[in-house]
Amino acid sequence: MKVLLNAKQIDSALNKLTNRIVADIPEGVEIAVIGIRSRGEIVAQRLAGRLSKKIGSEIPCGTLDITLYRDDLNSPKSGSQPQVRTTEIRFDIDDKLIILVDDVLHTGRSTRAAMDALIDLGRPKAIRLAVLVDRAGREFPIQADYAGYKAVAKPGQLVQVLLKESDDKEQVIVK
Amino acid sequence: MAEKGKTREFKWQRKHLLGLRDLTAEEITYLLDTAQGFEEISARAVKKAPPLRGKLVVNLFFEDSTRTRNSFALAANRLSADVVEFTKKDSSVSKGETLLDTARNLEAMGIDIVVIRHNAGGAPTLLSKYINACVVNAGDGFCEHPTQGLLDVFTIRKRKGSLKGLKIAIVGDISHSRVARSDMWAMTKLGAEVTFVGPPTLMPPKVEQLPVKVSYSLDDVIEKVDVINMLRIQFERLGGNPFPSVREYSHYFGLTVERMKRAKPDILVMHPGPINRGLEIESEVADGKNSVILQQVTNGVTVRMATLFLVNQAAAEKPAEIQNG
Repeated sequence: MKVLLNAKQIDSALNKLTNRIVADIPEGVEIAVIGIRSRGEIVAQRLAGRLSKKIGSEIPCGTLDITLYRDDLNSPKSGSQPQVRTTEIRFDIDDKLIILVDDVLHTGRSTRAAMDALIDLGRPKAIRLAVLVDRAGREFPIQADYAGYKAVAKPGQLVQVLLKESDDKEQVIVK
Repeated sequence: MAEKGKTREFKWQRKHLLGLRDLTAEEITYLLDTAQGFEEISARAVKKAPPLRGKLVVNLFFEDSTRTRNSFALAANRLSADVVEFTKKDSSVSKGETLLDTARNLEAMGIDIVVIRHNAGGAPTLLSKYINACVVNAGDGFCEHPTQGLLDVFTIRKRKGSLKGLKIAIVGDISHSRVARSDMWAMTKLGAEVTFVGPPTLMPPKVEQLPVKVSYSLDDVIEKVDVINMLRIQFERLGGNPFPSVREYSHYFGLTVERMKRAKPDILVMHPGPINRGLEIESEVADGKNSVILQQVTNGVTVRMATLFLVNQAAAEKPAEIQNG
């Protein structure tokens, strides 16, 4: 196991994401942040907090459960059984610029599922993908618009984001 | 956000839902938690999600039903499954085909899930032993109606937070009610105290062996209970003279406005439907502020979505072979 980012580095990666997202927001467009369960939810909440502060108004933040949209639900090989949780988006996504947030971008399959799930909720003006860690291993033609950190990891290695809200520590590790 | 991203180590392993008697409290809770994730689908603009895309669900109903059959069909549709309706009167069952032959024929058409209602207790269990498809019991004889039990506890949990320590009365024709039985199993497993209330003639034999209290007087229990579930008087099932007259039944066991005055102010009034207005329940009570009767209908679709999803998940992870439970 190797530590890629410590707490301080995670903090600066989040700042970098915040600044770049804000710099890109077109005039007159409402934005909202939506995190993919489960760790994307936490990253999204932190980002929304920082964005709200920087912009000076409350940015809505929601959580998307993508279980029902996964592409491996009927494949017997999938090891652990996916658990359906709740999607909690208490605002209208129509015509908003949605910042879709995940902790790690790897195969791109979660992002595909998340986009399908979002489209069933409405018609956003645009969807941009922001991830804390971007690693190699894409299986779908999907790339991040904003990445806090680009990790080097071999196939078979696991890049894990540990956050104090869910894991009681603050680290990005590879193992 | 309560679970803070921590995943629970639990795996749903049943490819059939035959009854609640055999389920553990943990299994019931897992199904209810899963159902919460399905609630949002029915509330949004596109009321559909894809997890059962390409799956075929058969509604195999040997007894009349509108509500349950439609609720299952709607649940299957919202998960993108295809649904085939198969009812007794327009099938070859009326030509003498046996249950197993009917089911095998359906299986030859490539079904994935059979939702079955049958007037013989145990029919779904029998079916599950002979076919590869998942079997979901939509009511068998006087035995069980598991998804009704699940939607009832889902409704109570949503309003009261938990079933632990709640006092619940189930009132009416207990002996002919599979709803009462499934409710009893689900409610007691989740920690509620259940009292069956009705005339002695409508109590099941050996009721003292069930995990419930028994009362022959609604007036004795009305002040104490947190939830009251009024069963429909099923005239089609009643033989003999279980009570002298409808008026007398209403007088002693009907949920009237007068009786409600003595109930706890936050009592939940439930009914599995369809209602006999003015018989087991007065209209003002059925439509009153304590009534959750229509929420039960909404929650029925939600709970059935979770059921279809979970049995299919269990089937997907197991090799296709005949197995029980």
